[in-house]
Amino acid sequence: MTIVQLVFLLVAAGALFAALMVVLSKRLVHAALWLIVVLAGIAVLFVLLNAGFLAVVQVAVYIDAIAILIIIVVMLTQRAMGATKIQVNRNWWLALLTAVVLCVGLLALFNQMPALQSQAPTLEADAETLLDDLGVSLVDVNRFILPFEVASVLLLAALIGSIMIAWPRDSASEEERET
Amino acid sequence: MIPLSWYIIFAAILFCVGLYGALARRNALAILMGIELMLNATNVNLVAFWRYGTLAIRGQVFTLIVFAVAAAEAAVGLALIISIYRRRTTIAVDEINMMKW
Repeated sequence: MTIVQLVFLLVAAGALFAALMVVLSKRLVHAALWLIVVLAGIAVLFVLLNAGFLAVVQVAVYIDAIAILIIIVVMLTQRAMGATKIQVNRNWWLALLTAVVLCVGLLALFNQMPALQSQAPTLEADAETLLDDLGVSLVDVNRFILPFEVASVLLLAALIGSIMIAWPRDSASEEERET
Repeated sequence: MIPLSWYIIFAAILFCVGLYGALARRNALAILMGIELMLNATNVNLVAFWRYGTLAIRGQVFTLIVFAVAAAEAAVGLALIISIYRRRTTIAVDEINMMKW
C-alpha cells in the first residue's frame, strides 16, 4: 500500500464519518461544522486527482461561502428548531430504506463496470498547462463559452432572486402602523 | 496508485448519506446540507472520470459549472428559508403547509 492510497483511505473514511455526523447530529450548528469537514476532505480528494484549481475553488466557494452562509442562517433560525425537537420526520425509515437500497444497488452495479480497476493514465501536460487549458477553454468561442455565460447569468439571477425573496416585504406597512 | 473504483464507491456512499439526510430530516436547513453532500458526491465522480478518462479538460469545466449552480442553489434556498422563517417562525418542512390544501 503506497502512501497515496493511505492518504486516500484516511481522508475518505474521515469524510464519510463526517457526512454521517452531518445527517445524524441533533444540533444543526454541529451538522454545519461537520459539513465543513466533508467539504475539506473532498478538496483533498481533488488534490489527489491532480485538480488543484478545483480544490482551491472548493475551499473558496463551498467552505468560504456556502458553509459560512449556512452557519449564519442556522444561527438566525435557531429559535425555531432547537436540539430538543424531533429532527427526523415520520417516514425516516423509508428514507433510510431508499438510501440503503440505492447504495447496495449502485455498489452491485459497479461490479459490471469494465473500467473499474483502471489506473490513472499519466497526464501528458504539467499542472500549469492544464490550468491554462482550463482557463482558455472557458472563454474560447469554439469550446465552453456558452455554458460559462449561462452560469454567469444564472448566478446574477440567483443573486437578484435571493435578495428579492429575503427582502422584508411588509416593512413599509409596518412602519406606517407604528407611526 | 488508486484505482478508479475507490473514488466511485466513496462518491456512491456519500451520495446515499446525503440522500438520507435530504429525505429524512425535518429541518429545511438540514435538507439543504444533504443536497450539498449529494452535489459534492457528483463532483468527485466528475473529476475522477476526467482524471481516469481521455476527455481532455471537459470534466473540470463541468465541475466548475456544478459549483456555480450549487452556489446559486444555496443562495436562493437560504433566502427562501429566511423568508419562511419571517412569516411562520418555523423552518420544519412538515409545518410549512401554506401551499397544501
